[in-house]
Amino acid sequence: MTASLTSSPASSTLERVARGRSRRAARRRGVVVVLVLLVVGVLALSLMVGRTFYPPGDVLRVIGGQDVPGASFTVGRLRLPRAVLALLAGLCFGLAGVTFQTMLRNPLASPDIIGISAGSSAAAAVAIVTFGLSGTAVSFLAIVVGLGVALLIYVLSFRDGVAGTRLILIGIGIAAMLESVIAYVLSTAAAWDLQEATRWLTGSLNSASWDDVLPTLLALVVLGRLLLTRAGDLDMLQLGDDAASALGVRVEQTRVLVIVAAVGLVAFATAATGPIAFVAFLAGPIAARIVGPGASLLVPSALVGALLVLVADLAGQLAFDHRYPVGVVTGVLGAPYLVYLIVRTNRAGGSL
Amino acid sequence: MTADHTLTVHDLELGYGERTVIDSLDLVLPPGRVTAIVGANACGKSTLLRSMSRLLRPRTGQVLLDGKQVHRLPAKELARTLGLLPQAPTAPEGITVSDLVGRGRNPHQGLLSRWSTEDDAAVAAALEATDTVELADRPVDELSGGQRQRVWIAMALAQQTDVLLLDEPTTYLDVSHQVEVLDLLTDLNRNRGTTIVMVLHDLNLAARYADHLVALTGGRLHAAGDPHQVLTEETVRAVFGLDCSVITDPVSGRPLMLPIGRHHMAVTRS
Repeated sequence: MTASLTSSPASSTLERVARGRSRRAARRRGVVVVLVLLVVGVLALSLMVGRTFYPPGDVLRVIGGQDVPGASFTVGRLRLPRAVLALLAGLCFGLAGVTFQTMLRNPLASPDIIGISAGSSAAAAVAIVTFGLSGTAVSFLAIVVGLGVALLIYVLSFRDGVAGTRLILIGIGIAAMLESVIAYVLSTAAAWDLQEATRWLTGSLNSASWDDVLPTLLALVVLGRLLLTRAGDLDMLQLGDDAASALGVRVEQTRVLVIVAAVGLVAFATAATGPIAFVAFLAGPIAARIVGPGASLLVPSALVGALLVLVADLAGQLAFDHRYPVGVVTGVLGAPYLVYLIVRTNRAGGSL
Repeated sequence: MTADHTLTVHDLELGYGERTVIDSLDLVLPPGRVTAIVGANACGKSTLLRSMSRLLRPRTGQVLLDGKQVHRLPAKELARTLGLLPQAPTAPEGITVSDLVGRGRNPHQGLLSRWSTEDDAAVAAALEATDTVELADRPVDELSGGQRQRVWIAMALAQQTDVLLLDEPTTYLDVSHQVEVLDLLTDLNRNRGTTIVMVLHDLNLAARYADHLVALTGGRLHAAGDPHQVLTEETVRAVFGLDCSVITDPVSGRPLMLPIGRHHMAVTRS
């Protein structure tokens, strides 16, 4: 080691550092641009195709507020809220998932694995089937219970700080309990409630309406922005609490803020669409692989989440003879990945 | 860069839950010098370091940086003056060396301010100082233990603090890397006037590299001062419960501790 501490660094080193960093930043920007284009593309496609095809011109005129026979109802009333809700829910799930995974340094720590989505679902299912509630009351309950479950898991796993693995295992246990609550409630449901209630098992966009869109949009604007302002601190937390704190991060404050924001996002999205299986879980690791290491994953992961939900819903609608809810499609994609991840973690002890 | 900062500990009590780890400790860490903290396992060395960098709130007493309580200072402001390299930091999977070292710039960046050329220069200087320029684009996971430790130190250097705390910076390193790391820290101290405070396991390396030696036992201060005064047979017995012989190190002129066990004794002591 050399004693070149007082002198300024050699220009070759400086150039190397700057070049490496700008290359990685360019890659991240490129990925974000491509993802945005893909999301917009699939969104447009899902407005055009369906039982009847409407050309882009018709779709644009409907969005512009003009009256187009046929298209105004199908696109304006059915497809548009559905596609917008898919987009928003995907963004929420993607953001919340990667936040948990980054903070706990473990891809298994996403809110749909550790029971937070299940908490919101169970609350909604009970509210609808048992108490006959609907609309805002259901969303409100889903959000409150989601936060309550998160708090419960946090408290149960707290012992001289929160260890990732303990929190995950406790979360999985609580998720299993909540799933059985959902199953029980559904088994008591009247036959005509079942279609509506099954979305609380896997998630579905079938009854999407503007009433669902608004609260989700609001949550995304408020909580999503809060998360993005904490993106830097969140990245520092990956170094461990001690190192993050030494680098000027207020660890406890960041953790509480970030947990509340992420749980809020999941709860609002779950209240609108049900727990679309595995989106929160898949978005982060997929984004990590595309973007490469070292960069903040919040935005790419949100976009991957949106893309997953949009594509899966489109596939569930059109690709098969029967129409499947979006959660069935994402579940088919997610479950094998979960197994793969556990096998890999088992071998390498890796993280995000 | 050479502004001297004085770190003092006043009547400090620290603990986790029921357990008291540090008890009524008073300490002054001389500015612009290298201090080594030594003591047996679980004597509170790391706990003391964590409290000095505000990771742990004191139960009673204070940690003062230039007379101000570190636990009252804004987090980023403190992190621009005082850095800490913890014992076991974790590198995010796949992160490259220069990105990890770049994270040391966090306290110098505001919410909105972007990465600046000054940040690049700090990273480049830290890489050169730790001889890790060639590793800059490699993932940290792929490095050997010695290389990795140098990269972590580079991250702490990129933070450019006037006071640097290190928790066992030489653990897991072979002897040549241990000497390399301690030489580097000495360079840092002599060239920049950085105040270095480190927890060290190896008494002889501590006595060689420290200007000021602090010996803790059972959460209390046993002795502090010049290594010649602190590293004595009496101290080693009190702190480690070990008989030893202390001679003058022919290489450095500092005290050198030779442990006395039950076997392999060539000279019978009277």
